[in-house]
Amino acid sequence: MSTTADLAKLATTDAAVLSWVERDGYPINVAVAVDVEPGQGIVRFAEPAGLEVPAGAQIAITASHIRPGPQGGFDERSHVTAWGVATSTSRGHFSFLVTRTWSWDERDAPLPVAYERDVPKARRYFEALSAERGERIRPRLSPGWLLFRATRMPFLTATLAPVLLGIAVAARAGFFDLVSAAITVVAACAVQLGLNVANDIFDTLAGADDANATPTKFSGGSRVLQNALISMRGMSLLAIGCYGVALVLGLVLLLMRGSTALVVISAIGLFISLGYTMPPFKLVYRGLGEIATAIGFGPVMLLGAFTVQTRGTLTWEAFLASVPVALLVALILYVNEIPDRAGDAKAGKRTLPVRWSEVAVIRGWDVAAAATFLAVAAGVAVGLLPVPTLIALLAIPLARQVHGGLVRFYDNPYALMASMGANIQLHMTVGTLLVVGYVAAIASQSWLGIHPYLW
Amino acid sequence: MPALPDPVARLLERALVGELTVVAEDGRPIAYPMVPILDGDRIVMTSSALDCRKLGYIKANPKVCLSLTDPAALGGVTGGEPGVEPGGAIGRATIQGDARVIEDDLHSGWERLLPAIGRKDPSIPALLKARVGFPLMFERAIIELTPVRTLYWPDGRTDRAPTVTASEAAR
Repeated sequence: MSTTADLAKLATTDAAVLSWVERDGYPINVAVAVDVEPGQGIVRFAEPAGLEVPAGAQIAITASHIRPGPQGGFDERSHVTAWGVATSTSRGHFSFLVTRTWSWDERDAPLPVAYERDVPKARRYFEALSAERGERIRPRLSPGWLLFRATRMPFLTATLAPVLLGIAVAARAGFFDLVSAAITVVAACAVQLGLNVANDIFDTLAGADDANATPTKFSGGSRVLQNALISMRGMSLLAIGCYGVALVLGLVLLLMRGSTALVVISAIGLFISLGYTMPPFKLVYRGLGEIATAIGFGPVMLLGAFTVQTRGTLTWEAFLASVPVALLVALILYVNEIPDRAGDAKAGKRTLPVRWSEVAVIRGWDVAAAATFLAVAAGVAVGLLPVPTLIALLAIPLARQVHGGLVRFYDNPYALMASMGANIQLHMTVGTLLVVGYVAAIASQSWLGIHPYLW
Repeated sequence: MPALPDPVARLLERALVGELTVVAEDGRPIAYPMVPILDGDRIVMTSSALDCRKLGYIKANPKVCLSLTDPAALGGVTGGEPGVEPGGAIGRATIQGDARVIEDDLHSGWERLLPAIGRKDPSIPALLKARVGFPLMFERAIIELTPVRTLYWPDGRTDRAPTVTASEAAR
């Protein structure tokens, strides 16, 4: 905020505090009335009774504001300070030309904004404290919460939707094995958690996450490295651990129900997972993030889960069932990249929202969302998907809600958060409804004897 | 005579926010809004790692002052309350003293103050749930102020000379 604006704010206060440093070295604060001329940068005040303001001393005038709440506590926090050198204008009266101001108002910089702005300062503080003590001091979270945050566990819905759908599609075709299905779910989750952690590592190394000044809970990575909650080595071990679990379980699945198709699909999945942010591929930095995500969290996950159950058989139905979740998972990334675009551009991460205009980005979202629902309807129309999967169309109002949020809040990362949440919910809802549609179809075939071509 | 006269102690107990002023390396006084807690004969405040600059200033120069001046932060101007003089006017005070920064356990050392902080701002203990989202906000140093001299304006009017009380050690 400019000095004039700060002084304009100071001029409205009825509770200013005058500070100076006394001869014995102690600072002193006294409430005073002030007369502020913002345009000229001058502040006038009367000397408090019984105290001596030394002419020529550095002084500060501070106005802080809170609004106490009826149940205790307070909000509307703000403060503004102006500094200058005191000049006696007449007996007992002083003025000073403002040389510097400092202000904060939580309405202008709400908690998430203020927090991110001060994170680098806090990191330097921990580094200095560590040097002072001769031991590593770092901020902490409990191991469970750290794991939850570092791996971005809530995003597992991106994996659960296609994997459960793949298992459901296989079950409708008459293939279901509970043990391998359970192992598939855990292995796929481990791959995604490893991918999330690896993504943070490479984005931090490239400077993209550090350059992101407006991360939200949906975008900008987990921030555990930025918050110094874990070392780069710790994150690397975590990524290796997640991929290790996935690898072991993948081998178990190959031994149990292996097929050439599963090997090929797993290899594609591994390449996409690592090549997403890792040099030299850096798919997301080349504007290929959405396609990579769509393939990885669409056909790869779904067909992988499907082929474990069928021991290698692939069908067009399984591929078509993967299209809606593939498109919607790509849209999660796509929308989450919108608030990150300034930081991504600085780091050379040329995502689609970096490359495209606002109009093109929103139009792109509309086309992909429409294609999602068309894919379901067309799949049913041509007889590849069972009729009950049309239940997924119930999510159309949610899609309209996301579209509205994009139009209104495209340039406001924190206001956009609700739409980012709705966008994730859209993927989860459509995925869940498709699974529900398949379960309904399986139930009707098994228990009601309705012909599968009708259902 | 104690460094904190009873009316000032009462004012401290009701103060939601005070202004802690430290001295920067260039000699400038810098005031920070803080939630003051009376802890025996000392005053304690907490500062997150995000607002750490003041900690460096205090470590370099421990001479500070804390003022209680804002009627809104002191609970308004209705009479008959602790810290409010007969007649309804609310007092004001400035406490000068020596501060030390306690950084032994930034993660949980300050949590012993949570009940006292919660009495002033009931939303703060609940905010701990946000720790996973904003962890650095909950890594906090304690600033402990030992009063040396107190200036008290019983009716809050600073156009009248304050009552000055010095601690035993200062005298």
